[in-house]
Amino acid sequence: MKVAFLLIFAVISCSKREHKIIQNKGSDTIVNLAQAWAEEYQKIVPAVGLAVSGGGSGTGIAALINGTVDIANSSRPIKDEEKAQALKNSGKEVQEFVVGLDALAVFVHPSNTLEGLSLEEIACIYGQDGKCNTWSDVKPGLVVPGCQDNKIIRVSRQSNSGTYEYFREAVLGTKTDFKQGSMDLNGSREGVDLVEKTPCAIGYAGMGYITQGVKALCVSKTKDANCVKPTLETATDKTYPIARELYMYISGTPTPEVKAYMDWIQGDAAREIIIKSGFVPVPKK
Amino acid sequence: MEDNLTKKVPVPMEWRHRKRSKPKAEKAIEFVIKAGGYSSIVLILAILFFISKEAFPFLVNRFEFSEFFFSTNWNPASVNKVSYGILSLIAGTLAVTCLSMLIAVPLGLACAFYISEFCDPRMREIYKILIEFLAAIPSVVWGFVAIMMINPLIISLFKVPIGLNVLNASIILALMSLPLIVSVGEDALRAVPETYREAAEAMGATRWEIATRVLFPAAKNGLMAAALLGVGRALGETMAVLMATGHSIQIPKSLFDPARTLTATIAAELGESPKGGEHYQALFVIGLALFCISFVVNLSADYLIRGRSKK
Repeated sequence: MKVAFLLIFAVISCSKREHKIIQNKGSDTIVNLAQAWAEEYQKIVPAVGLAVSGGGSGTGIAALINGTVDIANSSRPIKDEEKAQALKNSGKEVQEFVVGLDALAVFVHPSNTLEGLSLEEIACIYGQDGKCNTWSDVKPGLVVPGCQDNKIIRVSRQSNSGTYEYFREAVLGTKTDFKQGSMDLNGSREGVDLVEKTPCAIGYAGMGYITQGVKALCVSKTKDANCVKPTLETATDKTYPIARELYMYISGTPTPEVKAYMDWIQGDAAREIIIKSGFVPVPKK
Repeated sequence: MEDNLTKKVPVPMEWRHRKRSKPKAEKAIEFVIKAGGYSSIVLILAILFFISKEAFPFLVNRFEFSEFFFSTNWNPASVNKVSYGILSLIAGTLAVTCLSMLIAVPLGLACAFYISEFCDPRMREIYKILIEFLAAIPSVVWGFVAIMMINPLIISLFKVPIGLNVLNASIILALMSLPLIVSVGEDALRAVPETYREAAEAMGATRWEIATRVLFPAAKNGLMAAALLGVGRALGETMAVLMATGHSIQIPKSLFDPARTLTATIAAELGESPKGGEHYQALFVIGLALFCISFVVNLSADYLIRGRSKK
């Protein structure tokens, strides 16, 4: 009996010690990445539990303000009034960490002679009011070899993916929908695969998904501006027009567990996971 | 003497034992079988209840019959005007299902006839294993076959801009439902008594005549069931059709137009739509519509089989 009690006591005290759980919530764009980080981190530090959930950047920041999460994920920078509110609520300053970069490449089939597009031209292809339905509508005289009728095949994503939303926001603006009739595939990899095999196609995906089989276009803000190739450097110095930073926010001085986790996220193991997830790691200082 | 006749003869112990225990065991078995039978009804009702429960708020608050069934505009994530119209999704589902069955049913039944009647008995087992192996391929793999192999093939063969279309999805779905049709069809043919074949042979019928005039009518219901199971398989498939149709919202006007099906829409969007939201509920209404469609298909097929066998 005594032994049994001791055992039970040992189990309880053990599980109590393991009950250090870091709550992590926010952006749906980052949620897969955060999940991958959490899984890997728990292999290294099993004593710390990580609860990762999505819901959107706003939801995460709101939860941070209310003090119900330790780390908020966000694909947009925190607003000043949100900072002020957090300070008012808890008396603590919000700390910002840039944990990665999300750069969307626009790509075509390698046989397409097109080299670059401006944001307006991409909007003309993808936007609901855009009139570009054939390749010669985009650039007069452009004929894509192997592409029947010179028709543009738009490859897009399902309507609730983070990539879909960011592309719409960055290229079409906040008031315009996608043109109907695009191929709304269920993953970035499928999109790249499809464009690789379809001369008529154009697609977009996180930079990490681009393969040798497709041609990433250089993108310019306006028709006359210089166009920029999506690379690590152009994504980090923000000259590439369709790139954004991904953030994690914590409130005040972190607990030792949270601090250790944030340090690990900026290390090499975490950087590898960023690349695997299709994002771009932040350049080392 | 009379006493002796009316007097009850004591039943030997072992008899009594047998007599009493048999109904008990039978009752238990009966109960288990009954429970099994009812459980399928209960499960169907539970699924229907669950789907309806999730769909109900949408049906009350947002649902407009004419928009939902006659609009081609499905755009739950719109920034201007959110709309839920499933006409093009229904058209896509019907187009892909019908065409795939046009390919799979004749092919599958022919294959069943060959394996059951014409094939070398030693080869039969090998063929059966090979065909059942088709059923073991996961649907995501079929989807990749559609994108990476059939898509470029259709583009270069038919000179069309895109190879993810109704034709592509139908080929994939036909291949996926083939094993089901073949094995059920083959079972139906095997179930025809050997005496039928012998009688026909005795009358001088050729193998072809036996197959078409004796076996086909005799196994008709079973073959019909095989075809129907194929339809169910094609109607319910998600991942492979998601990739093979191109998942594009439009009413397909030719074999080479991309399309989108009801099931693929649910599969693609349910995972990331917030639980309890309008979009989430709308997807359950699609589920309900799908439920009704398959119910009607099964019912009419049942009616067809019964109506014919009465004659």
